Amino acid sequence: MIEIKNVSKSFGDKQILKGVSAVMETGKTNLIIGTSGSGKTVLQKCMVGLFEVDKGEILYDGKSFTAMHEEERKELRQQIGMLFQGSALFDSMTVERNVKFPLDMFTTWDHKKKIDRVNEVLERVNLKDTNKKFPAEVSGGMKKRVGIARAIVLNPKYLFCDEPNSGLDPQTSMVIDLLIKEITQEYNMTTVINTHDMNSVMEIGENILYMYQGEKEWVGNNKEIIFSKNQKLNEFIFASEFLRDAKDMRMLEEKGIIDNDRNMDEVMKDPEAHLLMGDNDKRESHPGPADDK
Amino acid sequence: MKFFKLFGEYILLMKGMFTKPENFKMYWKELMHQCVEIGIGALGIVSIISVFMGAVSAVQTAYQLTSPLVPKTTISQVVRDTVILEFAPTLVCIVLAGVMGSKIAGELGNMRVSEQIDALEIMGINTKSYLVMPKILAALITIPLLVIISMALGIWGGRFASGMSNIVSLETFDKGLLMGFTPFYISFALAKAYTFAFIISSVPAFYGYHVKGGALEIGRASTTAVVASCILILFADYILAAILL
Ligand SMILES: Nc1ncnc2c1ncn2[C@@H]1O[C@H](COP(=O)(O)OP(=O)(O)O)[C@@H](O)[C@H]1O
Ligand SMILES: [Mg+2]
Repeated sequence: MIEIKNVSKSFGDKQILKGVSAVMETGKTNLIIGTSGSGKTVLQKCMVGLFEVDKGEILYDGKSFTAMHEEERKELRQQIGMLFQGSALFDSMTVERNVKFPLDMFTTWDHKKKIDRVNEVLERVNLKDTNKKFPAEVSGGMKKRVGIARAIVLNPKYLFCDEPNSGLDPQTSMVIDLLIKEITQEYNMTTVINTHDMNSVMEIGENILYMYQGEKEWVGNNKEIIFSKNQKLNEFIFASEFLRDAKDMRMLEEKGIIDNDRNMDEVMKDPEAHLLMGDNDKRESHPGPADDK
Repeated sequence: MKFFKLFGEYILLMKGMFTKPENFKMYWKELMHQCVEIGIGALGIVSIISVFMGAVSAVQTAYQLTSPLVPKTTISQVVRDTVILEFAPTLVCIVLAGVMGSKIAGELGNMRVSEQIDALEIMGINTKSYLVMPKILAALITIPLLVIISMALGIWGGRFASGMSNIVSLETFDKGLLMGFTPFYISFALAKAYTFAFIISSVPAFYGYHVKGGALEIGRASTTAVVASCILILFADYILAAILL
């Protein structure tokens, strides 16, 4: 479990994070969502210490990361895996050596044991026959998989992913998302994912933190997000007409107003349906009360 | 003001290098890799430059020494001393600053921009020592060796040119080479080589390590690094000459 307590961060006179607090739960995929420039990457980099926080505290399973010395941090970091937005693979090394690198650095295993472990994780992310290829020779989706494999090769307790599906097609994105979720549950990791992808939110959003201009705007899960009346959140997540309709449908489904036996005409006559959707449609003209803020 | 900020950051980078390696074997491997990259990689260009430098200095000295009163052996003495004192250490290092400076700054800049440096930091590796230190050590090991090779090739180039164009006979040239030789010149040249090696590796590493932005900034950092290294080399050359000679 990672706790973020009232974290602020500025660059120059520009305040990027304005007192953000949140809890990242163990064994779950914790999402940080928000538009580009809302401070997701900065928050994640503060959590792992690539940026120092100006104010506030980060706790890893109760231990204050902010108060740690460089040496203690180095130790903790061996339990942290991170997948970067551009994969950040070492481009002078083959896929195999990329994944093997943390093992070379931090274990005293013999060569065969290392290679076995490398093959094990590469298989886990469904990569085969790419061992001898260089990062420049594999596709974007494969790079992400290699990045994941490298991040989990030392069995970390905490996994950070910065936009794991940016630049990927929707289908590949979904595969990567589900892979991260499976791995999280399998190894009981605390996983933090930055994303602005609506599909990820719906598919793997077990604990969602919505950031708006450097502030925590909303917290919940992918069920609650359907019913949320937070205007900013709705404008961000359900940005298109199509998605707004999808949201209405999902809402009616969840409430049991739509089911297989009823046809649409019947549903449209149901006053409860209108009550639900009506709230939703008024969203643009009247700012609804911000919930859970 | 900006200069002091840069200088402070440079000192911090140098200071940050001195920590206990996470894994000595990996650092050793990286050092060997850099020795090959820097040393062997630059051998070709250093050889070509050295031979021609020596040849040109022989031909030009002969051209300017028209007086029958000056003995012909002077030509080889001049070639020997200019090659050892100035051409081999300074000129070769200026060329190396261009070749290696842009390579080091480009490599580190690319690693910074593509977040590879962050990735290493997250693993718990001190990137200042893992990425920068082996480069500086490799330069300190290989560049003085390159300078020595350059001295030998430069003098050989002068001898070859003299023989080819009948400036002096080879016997006279060889005789001149042994006359009035000052061994201190070699030590002086090596002192210069070590100083320049440090400049050539640490200054571009500094500019590369601190790149912010994208591909454009990497190119800009490489250029700045090469220009800064060249100026510093010439400046250090003057200071060393003033102190040691
Ligand atoms: N190293 C930095 N120096 C100065 N400003 C930065 C730095 N990193 C990010 N920022 C600024 O912080 C803001 C939030 O960026 P970021 O966290 O990357 O957004 P995103 O939510 O898209 O990941 C942006 O306005 C960006 O310009
Ligand atoms: Mg980002």
